[in-house]
Amino acid sequence: MSLSIRNLLKSYVEPDGRRLPILNVKQFDIASGEQVCLVGSSGCGKSTLLNVISGITTADSGTIHIDGIEVTRLPEPSRDRFRAQKLGYVFQTFNLLPAFTALENVLLGMSFSGGKADRKHATELLDRVGLKHRMHHRPTKLSVGEQQRVAVARALANRPSLLLADEPTANVDSSNQDNILKLILEASRENNVSLLLVTHSPDVAKQFTRVDKLSDFNTPGAAA
Amino acid sequence: MNILTIAYKSLRFRALASALTALSVALGIMMMVAVLVIYGIVGETFSQRSVGVGLVIGPKGSDLGMVLNSIYRVGRAGEPMPYAFYKDILLGKDKEWADWIDHAIPLTMGDVTEEGAFPIVGTTAEYFTVEYVPGRRFMMRGELPLQPFEAVIGSRVAAHNGWDLGSEFRLVHGGAESDHIHNETFKVVGVLAATGTANDKTAFVNLDGFYMVAGHEKPVGEAVRRLRDFGFTVTPEREARLERMAAHIQKEHEMTNRMLEEAKKAGQPPPKIVPHNHETPDEFKEVSYIFVRTKKPSQSIFLTGLINEGKIAQAINPIPVMYQLMNDLVGNVRLVLLVLTGLIVVVAGVGIFVSIYNSMADRRREIAIMRSLGAHRMTVLGIILGEAMLLCIGGGILGLLLGHGLVVIAAPIVEAKAGLILNPWKFEPVELALFPVLLILAAAVGILPGLTAYRTDVAQSLSE
Ligand SMILES: Nc1ncnc2c1ncn2[C@@H]1O[C@H](COP(=O)(O)OP(=O)(O)O)[C@@H](O)[C@H]1O
Ligand SMILES: [Mg+2]
Repeated sequence: MSLSIRNLLKSYVEPDGRRLPILNVKQFDIASGEQVCLVGSSGCGKSTLLNVISGITTADSGTIHIDGIEVTRLPEPSRDRFRAQKLGYVFQTFNLLPAFTALENVLLGMSFSGGKADRKHATELLDRVGLKHRMHHRPTKLSVGEQQRVAVARALANRPSLLLADEPTANVDSSNQDNILKLILEASRENNVSLLLVTHSPDVAKQFTRVDKLSDFNTPGAAA
Repeated sequence: MNILTIAYKSLRFRALASALTALSVALGIMMMVAVLVIYGIVGETFSQRSVGVGLVIGPKGSDLGMVLNSIYRVGRAGEPMPYAFYKDILLGKDKEWADWIDHAIPLTMGDVTEEGAFPIVGTTAEYFTVEYVPGRRFMMRGELPLQPFEAVIGSRVAAHNGWDLGSEFRLVHGGAESDHIHNETFKVVGVLAATGTANDKTAFVNLDGFYMVAGHEKPVGEAVRRLRDFGFTVTPEREARLERMAAHIQKEHEMTNRMLEEAKKAGQPPPKIVPHNHETPDEFKEVSYIFVRTKKPSQSIFLTGLINEGKIAQAINPIPVMYQLMNDLVGNVRLVLLVLTGLIVVVAGVGIFVSIYNSMADRRREIAIMRSLGAHRMTVLGIILGEAMLLCIGGGILGLLLGHGLVVIAAPIVEAKAGLILNPWKFEPVELALFPVLLILAAAVGILPGLTAYRTDVAQSLSE
């Protein structure tokens, strides 16, 4: 099992002190190499779920296992390291670092994993996403489609076991949406990476065999 | 990519802001280095390591003025002493110190070179054979100035005036502002290698030649009075003989002047003045200072006591005098300047702080992205500290170079105004201490923005 969530609770505390429950997930699993599309209306907690899985945000309770490791029990530094080594993250807004070239953005992800920066692998990945000729350009010199390709290459840099993608095509022009989605699907399959992709676009969901609706298994209003 | 590479690339991305902040540090360090180097050299110049003279004997007056004038060739000489003091008293065979003296070298000062206004010192060849600072002897091209109209010049004089062996020059009487140029020419027979002392900017002429220059012999009345001041007896017969000799010398000088004037009228180049064949009587000679070294240090103390008992001359050990000057004046000024320049560096540090702190608002997202890629809190803290460090150290290195550059510019001015010789590339060991100080500064200005990075809420910053 690549991802396995049990009894996950997450709520935010609002400025006035009231707790705002967002997530209440009894069970959610992704098999190794599986590609899952998660749909749900805006504000229903999709991004929060991905952040909790990646360890950027901590859950209130419950367990998350990734590759058999209970990440919810790891202390923060280990969680950081785990995120760098085992998870890839593609964001809606690409989140490339403006001070670094495409290649450096990919290498940067590698350097946080504690391993040696593998320039060859980084170059191959950029080649794979069709950006061999733009490797030494900074993000501002790239089109949005190209930027998201760099982000995909960066997410795969550390040979992760799970790729998280948060509405990866929402900010890309329509002509590129299909290409990016195809790239993510193919590249994760080639690298035997499980995929959890969040979207609210039916066009995107169409491309998946497994499409889960968050509201089907998330019941934040119910008592814990 | 390690933390410093990441920090460097982030700085490079904000190149202009980074360069300006580093420059502000550089300017502070530049001032500091200039102060350190200039004062380091001043200190060394005035420290015991730079004084090879055991005792200076000269006319009674200010200790400091005498040391500065005789050794550093700054300021003016007082009224000189009769040559007889040197020959009959200091070197007197009947005196109790007759056996103590290792060497006693007379110096006569007052004139400057026509070109460049370098101080002239009339002295004997022995001057060049003794240590000029402890353990160091002169290196010289050419020969010792054994003949009356021969000269040896310091390295600065040679470089500045473009003189070399065989060059000839004339003396300007009594300082640069005087316009009386002596007719006699001296020929360079030796050029000293650089010593880093005032000898570099001195033109030495043979002492006998110096006396033969017209006008350098003392008028009889004055010479006799000065001799009597120093306790010598001058009989009326002797005085009458001196008058006759003075008249003879005077006539010779007048003849030369006529020759020169006629040549000038006829539009011919001035004829070369042949040295006069008269021996200058000792009564007409005077010495400004005598550099003395005794065989044993204790003898130096006794000799000082004995000389200073007299009313006319004084013997000074230059080292405590210079040490005092350093402590009283130069040392305090240096401290004040260092505090001021230190404040400049602190202000520059505040500049770095403001610059980094301001950039943090834009960079929260960058920090959050790095964290989402798996960077530890400590790593992003380290990156911000690394940026502060690179700015401080980069600015520091630039400042170091600029500081020495400033000394390059200041050196000729300081030399002209104060007569001090500065080597701009002389590295002060204190400068090394700047780097740990800069690192502490970097830590101080980087820690607050660094903690902001450390505390960044990743999820929230990414969703903004
Ligand atoms: N840091 C936060 N503090 C308080 N409320 C938050 C915070 N982050 C998200 N929320 C709220 O949680 C809900 C789920 O947000 P999110 O997971 O971003 O939804 P989605 O990605 O499905 O659009 C939203 O109502 C949002 O306003
Ligand atoms: Mg979202």
